[in-house]
Amino acid sequence: MARPLTEHIRHDRTPLDLPAYERTGGYQALRKALAEHAPADVTEIVKSSRLQGRGGAGFFTGMKWSFVPMGPDAPRPKYFICNADEMEPGTFKDRYLMEGNPHQLLEGMILGAYAIEAETGYLFLRAEYHRCAEILAQALADARRAGYLGINILGSGFDHDIHLHTSAGRYICGEETALLNALEGRRAIPRAKPPFPPVVGLFGKPTIVNNVETLCNIPHIIRNGADWFRSLAPGEEAGTKLYGASGRVNLPGLWELPLGTPLREIIEGHAGGMQKGHRFRGVIPGGASTDFLVEEHLELPLDFKSVAQAGSRLGTGTMIVLDDRTCPVGMVLNLERFFARESCGWCTPCRDGLPWVEKILQAIENGHGREDDLDLLRHHARMLGPGRTFCAFAPGAVEPLQSALKYFEDDFRRHLQGRGCPYRHSPAAATA
Amino acid sequence: MLSPAEQAALDAELPHYPARRALCIEALKIVQHHRGWISDEALRDVALALGMTPHEVDSVATFYNLLYRRPVGRHVLHLCDSVSCWVMGCDGICDHFRNRLGISFGETTPDGRFTLLPIPCLGDCDHAPSLMAGNRIHGNLTPEKLDRLLDELD
Ligand SMILES: Cc1cc2nc3c(=O)[nH]c(=O)nc-3n(C[C@H](O)[C@H](O)[C@H](O)COP(=O)(O)O)c2cc1C
Ligand code: SF4
Repeated sequence: MARPLTEHIRHDRTPLDLPAYERTGGYQALRKALAEHAPADVTEIVKSSRLQGRGGAGFFTGMKWSFVPMGPDAPRPKYFICNADEMEPGTFKDRYLMEGNPHQLLEGMILGAYAIEAETGYLFLRAEYHRCAEILAQALADARRAGYLGINILGSGFDHDIHLHTSAGRYICGEETALLNALEGRRAIPRAKPPFPPVVGLFGKPTIVNNVETLCNIPHIIRNGADWFRSLAPGEEAGTKLYGASGRVNLPGLWELPLGTPLREIIEGHAGGMQKGHRFRGVIPGGASTDFLVEEHLELPLDFKSVAQAGSRLGTGTMIVLDDRTCPVGMVLNLERFFARESCGWCTPCRDGLPWVEKILQAIENGHGREDDLDLLRHHARMLGPGRTFCAFAPGAVEPLQSALKYFEDDFRRHLQGRGCPYRHSPAAATA
Repeated sequence: MLSPAEQAALDAELPHYPARRALCIEALKIVQHHRGWISDEALRDVALALGMTPHEVDSVATFYNLLYRRPVGRHVLHLCDSVSCWVMGCDGICDHFRNRLGISFGETTPDGRFTLLPIPCLGDCDHAPSLMAGNRIHGNLTPEKLDRLLDELD
């Protein structure tokens, strides 16, 4: 099974340095693109590869790039940004890619910048990833010294440099327009769309924002071709995906697998099944802001389309497993507390609605729930749904809530009837 | 006024951005690094250096989990309380902090040695529960492991 993104990452995660990366064929794609392809051809190849963004939304990467104005009359400078904010709870895939093989990401960024003729790149890294910051700063310096970055890259006439920007810790900065405000030194609230960043982005100039994992695919696509990339996955969608699992499974971790690998294969195979004494009850498949899937979904292929048809989202592909000794109400309370805290506060439904949701859930968990609370929670889930708030944060926040009310309604009712949480020993005391 | 060391650190970042205000986060981090936290005076110093109003700088400073607008202890311990760590028992670690140091989230020990703050997911979910101390992330936490860590930090 091909694992292009991770096959060279070492077990102890010591990063591949520049010579080691070059020995794996690193920067050959950049050499090839600069020598043989016009920028628009690179976009075309990525388009026909059918690569979809790995940051959560699954938007087609080549299509996004094709929205950028090109040619001598295009506004300049243009910017190419890597979104390495990775703060979606339960998600740890981009960190692995950056720590293990930093040049793979840089090569992807430079190729993307070449495709849209961007002069300047930013790598927007979350504050807590100190080790990534050190590794990336070193990789950037090495790439500059080797002529892969800077003026007249490899004699091609293409100029590009990448700057590392470390954030200071706020989930909303991962939303691409909030990220642009953060980079400009403004309070990082999202921007109204349209205009979309490929046309009006950073400092008002055309800007592409892509996720780390998305960009790590680019060198392989350019080197091996779009057909090869499409052949990596069994279904309609293309390439591999980093899947992850955490919670009470035997082997929490990350695996690069064909996009569309069934849920059961990941949980029972790669993650080694549930820990002794714990039964599977459900999973949020792609980070905190995705709807629960349950036992009936175990055969589901985890690709963007299938997961959407099952009423959830592939999201980041890193799943958090709910077991039978952990309280689903408590879990949703934990999630909504996170969202209430991280709401940027810009629009009223989200700023005021999420703390309200948190309070209701806390009351139910503490045994002060009321009969009509479940309807009230459902009402909130609808009022914070798509189209009612300024950005996609709030709709994401209520995804686990609305699906928990659907699949675990009995648990909510037991809290109401029993005046509190029936899972007395979970999760703190369940540490086996 | 920024100190010469603060100014030098800021100047090193300046060429990377087309506008001075884009250095705001960097400047706040630099000042915090040198002064421990971001006081109103520090805020004014940054505003002056970047040609922004103190209010604009504060709208950034109050936005981030890792910028401290109040004094903190010598060691700030950020315990992840997001979902994977919660499933794996971060509440128990929190209890241990209360028993051993007498502090909960948002509090500092009376000797000024430790501040405990919650932090969203540290991306260490396969080693939950996890916390960040300084630049380091410590995973697979148990009360015993936490005791050893606290002993190592002076
Ligand atoms: C609240 C919120 C948080 C987000 N956080 C991230 C993030 O941490 N990393 C990321 O790559 N994308 C994140 N996104 C998605 C970005 O807005 C954007 O779609 C993505 O970076 C585009 O890259 P891609 O097309 O390569 O996936 C977030 C979106 C929302 C609404
Ligand atoms: S939905 Fe929430 S995060 Fe998004 S703009 Fe409104 S308040 Fe901010």
